[in-house]
Amino acid sequence: MSDRVLGGVGLALAIFYAWAATIIPEPFSSDAVGPAGFPYIIAILLAVSSVYFILKPDPEPRWPTLNRLAEIGFALLVMFAYAWVLPVAGFILSTTVVTAYLAWRLGSHPLEAVITGVATAIGLYVVFGLVFGLSLAEGPFGF
Amino acid sequence: MEVLANLADGFAVALTWQNLALALVGCFLGTMMGALPGLGPANGVAILIPLAFTLGLDAVAALILLTSVYYGAMYGGRISSILLNIPGDEPAMMTCLDGYPMAQAGRAGEALALSGVASFVGAFFATWGLVFLAPLLVQIALLFGPAEYFVLYTLAFATLGGIAATNQAKSAFAAALGIGIAMIGVDTQTGVQRFTFGEVHLFDGIDFLIAIVGLFALSEVFVFLEHQGRGVQGTARGRMAIGRVTPSLAILRYCTPTMIRSTVLGFVAGVLPGAGASLGSFLAYSVERQVADPRGKTFGKGDPRGVAAPEAGNNAASGGALVPMLALGVPGSGTTAVLLAVLLTLNIQPGPLLFQNSPDVVWGLIAALFIGNFMLLALNIPMVGLFTRVLLIPTRILMPVVAMIAFIGIYSITGSTFELMLMVGFGALGWVLRKLDVPLVPIILGILLGNEMEVNLRRAMTISNGDWTTLFDSWLALTLWAIAVVGFVLPMFLGKRVKRKMAQETEEVEGTLD
Repeated sequence: MSDRVLGGVGLALAIFYAWAATIIPEPFSSDAVGPAGFPYIIAILLAVSSVYFILKPDPEPRWPTLNRLAEIGFALLVMFAYAWVLPVAGFILSTTVVTAYLAWRLGSHPLEAVITGVATAIGLYVVFGLVFGLSLAEGPFGF
Repeated sequence: MEVLANLADGFAVALTWQNLALALVGCFLGTMMGALPGLGPANGVAILIPLAFTLGLDAVAALILLTSVYYGAMYGGRISSILLNIPGDEPAMMTCLDGYPMAQAGRAGEALALSGVASFVGAFFATWGLVFLAPLLVQIALLFGPAEYFVLYTLAFATLGGIAATNQAKSAFAAALGIGIAMIGVDTQTGVQRFTFGEVHLFDGIDFLIAIVGLFALSEVFVFLEHQGRGVQGTARGRMAIGRVTPSLAILRYCTPTMIRSTVLGFVAGVLPGAGASLGSFLAYSVERQVADPRGKTFGKGDPRGVAAPEAGNNAASGGALVPMLALGVPGSGTTAVLLAVLLTLNIQPGPLLFQNSPDVVWGLIAALFIGNFMLLALNIPMVGLFTRVLLIPTRILMPVVAMIAFIGIYSITGSTFELMLMVGFGALGWVLRKLDVPLVPIILGILLGNEMEVNLRRAMTISNGDWTTLFDSWLALTLWAIAVVGFVLPMFLGKRVKRKMAQETEEVEGTLD
């Protein structure tokens, strides 16, 4: 079933991709193939392999239970939030929170998780920000 | 010999204090990453690329750092195989079979030292193979026109799944996905927008580093979350004494024929399209078992030759895999695809022209590989105890740190929230595709090579005035097509069998363990 769903999604993607290739604006001077030619080939390849999944699906993979799935979903949300908050709150604050969250969810004791978070944020800031001089996100306090 | 003169120039480039220090750091980091289960060579190099880039290292220095990591990770994979019976990376799987029993018998130190020497032998002679074979391949590649290049890229995708691939449709799907992503952005030939839908962030296309770090490193974090921090293979089974860490001369002499055989096999497996290090170590181990112990008396019960063979094999293969990557610009495995990303990030397009236009980069790199080998040998024999300590870092602390380093790397090159979100999205996509058994390497390779593939197709068509038969017009092109078709079709018949055999071999030997 999972493979059939993948095939369905892939087929939809192929159709969308081919449609998006049709609306590529006509260039002033073009070569024999044009900017849309190769994408059409790719869309066909995508469609053919998707049809194959629908016709001959592999055995079902072992999906995680619902609460494990929720776990991954939450981690995903936290990471999206991190990308969002990083430029606003600064590197150290946001990194502490996210590292602590991940460490906690991966099985650390809450206290250990907080320590991991603080240590990771400060450690990475010192190594990459101060020693190597990379541009890390600056929050309201400058770090 | 012109080759040796070139190599000498390469050493002149590589032998500066800064480069030596970088090689040392790279070897050290690489060995640690290889040793840690869940952080293979591809992941390790991937998260370090953006960092090496933003550190402002010049091309040769950055290459030296990252290839040292690559070789180091290949060495490091064996440590957890031997001590914990958990392969640090995929190619180290076969090392478990005899390495762990040796460790159980109190000979862990000996196994580690022997496998260190075997790794060195494999990698060292494979690098010599690279020195002599790559220029030959370059001679052939100079005959390639755009049409041949297009077919060569097709060949690379067709054979990427390898002989053990079970579902070629999934490889094709993944390749199409990757190439499709590469099309996003401004078309370089006509200047029109493609697939951007007016989104400014997409005008330059999607940076392949974002995709690599997301698909490899972040999806690994999700896998660990799925298994509640325990990883895929389960928990460690307890630790054991290391014992003596220097191999005795007798055991080295005993294993010398093994190492020679396995190095040759591994190198050939590495050069061929669609094989790579995993198959190299598998081939080396099973052939050695046939040759040395046909009745199965000692193999799987801690035979030192069973440790030496896969290690020499996988390190020779990882050296051999560099041949097509450097000479043709076509990587044959996931890790070499990541190395290709390194080169492209540094604005170096591998292929025959690289050998002609910037020999200092090529030969400097090869010289760096030699230096890295000696450093790894020197690091690994006396300091193996230190590396085994790394295994004590629990994944519940390690994985968050890895994720954060991935974020730092991407943020430091893009500085934008959009790109970070894209990376997270790729991480989630990577997790789903891994569940569905869709290989990730063709996606990466598609993003890396998609544009180059299209450019060559369009150039060929322009030359031929839109006549598609130009793709089949030369013997060279026809030969490449033939290899591509065979490489794609053969696994459909053999893939399941090879995979079953690999599983059988592993189980058989493990069965005798319990």
